[in-house]
Amino acid sequence: MSVEFLVASAIGVLTAAGIYLILRLRTFPVILGTSFLSYAVNVFLFATGRLVVGAPPILDKYAENPVYTDPLPQALVLTAIVISFGMTAVVLMIALSAYLSGGHDKIDMQDETESEERA
Amino acid sequence: MAGRLLPSHKKLQQIEGPATVSLFLIAALPFLGALLPGLMVKAGRNTCATWTGIISLSALIGLLVHAPAVLRGEVIQASVEWMPLLGLNASFYLDGLGLLFGTLILGIGCLIILYARFYLSRQDPMGNFYTYLLLFQGAMVGIVLSDNILMLLVFWELTSLSSFLLIGYWNHLPEGRQGARMALTVTGTGGLALIGGMVMLGEIAGTYELTELLQMRDVIQQSPLYLPALLLILLGAFTKSAQFPFHFWLPRAMAAPTPVSAYLHSATMVKAGLFLMARLYPVMSGTAEWFWIVTLAGLITMVLGALIGIFQNDLKGLLAYSTVSHLGLITMLLGFSTEAAAIGAAFHIINHATFKASLFMTAGIVDHEAHTRDIRRLGGLRHLMPITFAISVIATLSMAGIPPFNGFLSKEMMLEAAAHAHLGENAWLIPTLATIGALFSVAYSFRLLIHTWFGPVRDDYPHKPHDPGFGMYASPALLTVLVILIGLFSQPLVGHAVEVIAASILGNGAHPHVHLALWHGVTPALYMSGVAVAGGLVLLAMYKPLNAMWETAPRPDAKVIFDAIVAVVTRISNGFTDLLHDGALTRYAAIFFVFSALVSAHAYFGVDATQLTRTPIEAGILPIIAWFALMVSAACVVVYHRHRLLALVILGIIGVVVSLSFNYLSAPDLALTQLSVEVVTIVLLLLALNFLPEHTPVESGSARRIRDGVIAGGVGLGVAALAYVVMLSDFALPSIAEYHLANSYKGGGGTNVVNVILVDFRGFDTFGEITVLGIAALIIYGVTEGLLGSKVRQVLLERRPNHPIAGDEHPMMMVVATRLMLPIALMVGVYIYLRGHNDPGGGFIAGLVVAIAVLMQYMASGYDWADKRQRYPYHATIAAGVMIAGITGIGAFFNNMPFLTSDYGYFQIPPMGKFELATAMGFDLGVFLAVVGAVMLTLESLSRLAYRRGDMPDEYPMDINPSRAAVETTENEDKT
Repeated sequence: MSVEFLVASAIGVLTAAGIYLILRLRTFPVILGTSFLSYAVNVFLFATGRLVVGAPPILDKYAENPVYTDPLPQALVLTAIVISFGMTAVVLMIALSAYLSGGHDKIDMQDETESEERA
Repeated sequence: MAGRLLPSHKKLQQIEGPATVSLFLIAALPFLGALLPGLMVKAGRNTCATWTGIISLSALIGLLVHAPAVLRGEVIQASVEWMPLLGLNASFYLDGLGLLFGTLILGIGCLIILYARFYLSRQDPMGNFYTYLLLFQGAMVGIVLSDNILMLLVFWELTSLSSFLLIGYWNHLPEGRQGARMALTVTGTGGLALIGGMVMLGEIAGTYELTELLQMRDVIQQSPLYLPALLLILLGAFTKSAQFPFHFWLPRAMAAPTPVSAYLHSATMVKAGLFLMARLYPVMSGTAEWFWIVTLAGLITMVLGALIGIFQNDLKGLLAYSTVSHLGLITMLLGFSTEAAAIGAAFHIINHATFKASLFMTAGIVDHEAHTRDIRRLGGLRHLMPITFAISVIATLSMAGIPPFNGFLSKEMMLEAAAHAHLGENAWLIPTLATIGALFSVAYSFRLLIHTWFGPVRDDYPHKPHDPGFGMYASPALLTVLVILIGLFSQPLVGHAVEVIAASILGNGAHPHVHLALWHGVTPALYMSGVAVAGGLVLLAMYKPLNAMWETAPRPDAKVIFDAIVAVVTRISNGFTDLLHDGALTRYAAIFFVFSALVSAHAYFGVDATQLTRTPIEAGILPIIAWFALMVSAACVVVYHRHRLLALVILGIIGVVVSLSFNYLSAPDLALTQLSVEVVTIVLLLLALNFLPEHTPVESGSARRIRDGVIAGGVGLGVAALAYVVMLSDFALPSIAEYHLANSYKGGGGTNVVNVILVDFRGFDTFGEITVLGIAALIIYGVTEGLLGSKVRQVLLERRPNHPIAGDEHPMMMVVATRLMLPIALMVGVYIYLRGHNDPGGGFIAGLVVAIAVLMQYMASGYDWADKRQRYPYHATIAAGVMIAGITGIGAFFNNMPFLTSDYGYFQIPPMGKFELATAMGFDLGVFLAVVGAVMLTLESLSRLAYRRGDMPDEYPMDINPSRAAVETTENEDKT
């Protein structure tokens, strides 16, 4: 099995799990799902630089014929990881305040007549 | 370095001396100044109006500085490339036509500002008014100076939006709101059509620059897209300029305060459509389609507007229909496509602006003084308001086209042009209708004059009128002086200007010859004029019976039709929206996923296996174990996601595996970042779980779950295939990795290329990112504050925890361990930060590590204890971070380098040997501080929700402390 296959299938599974969770009806699983999706997207972006083992982009002036992997996707993904934390935090906070002020953590908007009937 | 990489972003394309810069300044001044009135209104209404006036006046002076050059026939240009590939450039140019409109917009703008100061009452928010006015003015100036048609479209839409604010300024009046909505609907819809037409035009010509486009008459007129482009553009122009059948919005917009009506309907808004037709005249006119559509629309509008105008009882309504009629007149002239007609159009634009603005303002004065604008309730005002009467009578006579005023001159030119116009084979229809239009126009002008000003003085005015103060009549008086002067000395005053304007309307290097004079000899136009004046007076004499007929005649009410159309459209779109948006967000998400999968599936089938040219890396046992762990964890989370805490713990495993894979795949920086973010994220989610239910209830049936599973599986499979193909194909284009690797050390002074990219090559991105992160943290803080200020606070205080609280909330072991680890962790943070430029590490990771170290103190010793020892508010830390990064970037300016260009050098510090210092370190420090601040502010906000009633602030870091127990025992013993 090649590393590429492992990474590709991992991305696929993370995406699938993420989407499945995003399609749930409560906020918390959706937040978990977006985390999964963030993993998948970050790894995918990273993988567009193609996979190289043992060649970090740290310049080595003593090496004879140095090989380095593509540093650009790494830089992009690094900030993406930090930003996705910020995003998760904001979404979480919105979900939390919706739950605290609305009394439930359902995703789908309630039908107005339906909620009136309940009240 | 950053600047060198991106040379094309902000390149000044051409700077032709100081003159070009001021075109940008003229267009920008009203926008920049739009903030001032809001601020200045605090200092009083006079200050507010003065500053607004100063802004308009300086823009006007800036424009007039160019006037001598433009009148010599030069064209002034200024341009900055923005997105050259899309043809979107910020380019301005000034020719005769632009100068005419610019002068009208800014000149009459100044007069309106003065007039509005005295017109608005104390209750009206004057700051808002002037801000809207300046926004509108800026948008109008932008339209007339734009060289790029895409930019022109942006300004065009801005005029629709800002005029909406102006027309609806008295938003307490229902008429004001309705009028504003109608104006926005009509002009906005036209604007959409215009976008389509202009883009077609740009595509035909292959350029979006007017200066180039206007040279391509043959290319454009031979294109099959000419007709659709023409229709769409005319739709935009006709709606804006209130041409039949879109004329109905203009009279409704009269609900606006009079200064707005005077400004929008004399010199600016409605003239924008005329401007557009005049601007595109060189390439659009001359064809049969243009002649028929434009001429007929103009002709019908002119006659119809004048006819309705006669029977208006509202002063402003009469003037509004008169405006519609005059706009029709100019449109018709443009439709004729002859040189003489273009000259007439140019001249009438000037004349109409002067007398109509003046008339609107006098109507406003009457309304202001007599508290009514209803002609039936007025009359005999000439004795009560002699000054206003004098102004009004001159302007009205000019509107009626009576010599020696300027309106006469251009009306004669119109009639002359009409006399020579043929509608197909028919030679009498246009001259006859033009004469009838002029006749109606005489009738309503004299009705305005006689029914308002003449007749006996009445004793039942709502308010006894008298002349207003000088400030209020200064503006209309000045315009009336122009009306007289242009009428008497037309050739020396404006003859040359009209020539230049007509030349730029005609384009294609035309040199029209203009001779303006009151007396042209006995021409057909003179006969037609005579018939019009006589007929108009006869019509007025028969006003009473005619009015009775008009009242009983069936007329379609534009408002009813408009409302009916709007109601139908609203019903259709509501039905459509309800069908698609039923509030089930998960359904939208499912539709989105399915749709994007189907779209991408199309691309998947284009791949052939020969493309997979890269040699795969054989996986050892370790990657397979990690892969297995990840697969199992992902499956577990999906299966056990209802048990939220468990799902969270397993999520942590996935984070660790991802982090390890980054490390294995030559990305140590990513591994470190992922690991530390993972810790922070899990802590965050745990904190939130404190307030949320522990379990997710079973809500979806198995069919639903199978459906979701199929969607998720399908998309996952697609993404996996995509990733696999990408990883095994070679780069389609040469990667820019080589550039970064080669220049990292030479240009950025660091050997950790990822870090150099972050702080140097793409420093601008990073700068944006830390700003966004800071904003995210502030949002969370804001939401928390909002929650704590609402009823939710009560819920939180009375909340019962999900589990019984441990007796020992702050275990000694943990307190001691975290306390000991704090300095070590901080040291590690500093170390990671310092090595970042050359080895894995850097501001992002260091920030996260330090945040975790501080976070541990909160967790172990309690919120109160940690908060008390926390001297710098996290908001300030974020701000300091962003500012330090920004200041470091600005520092490059002193080195004559673009923003964020880094510099570095090597220094010998005796005990430490050779030492490298780069300015990028300062930038990275900013990143570090912003990350620490953002992460801590987020978590701190969330933990502030955790207070419950009866919680005592933790007095001590540890609940049970042997040493304290000993002290307390001795104290107790002392007491006994």
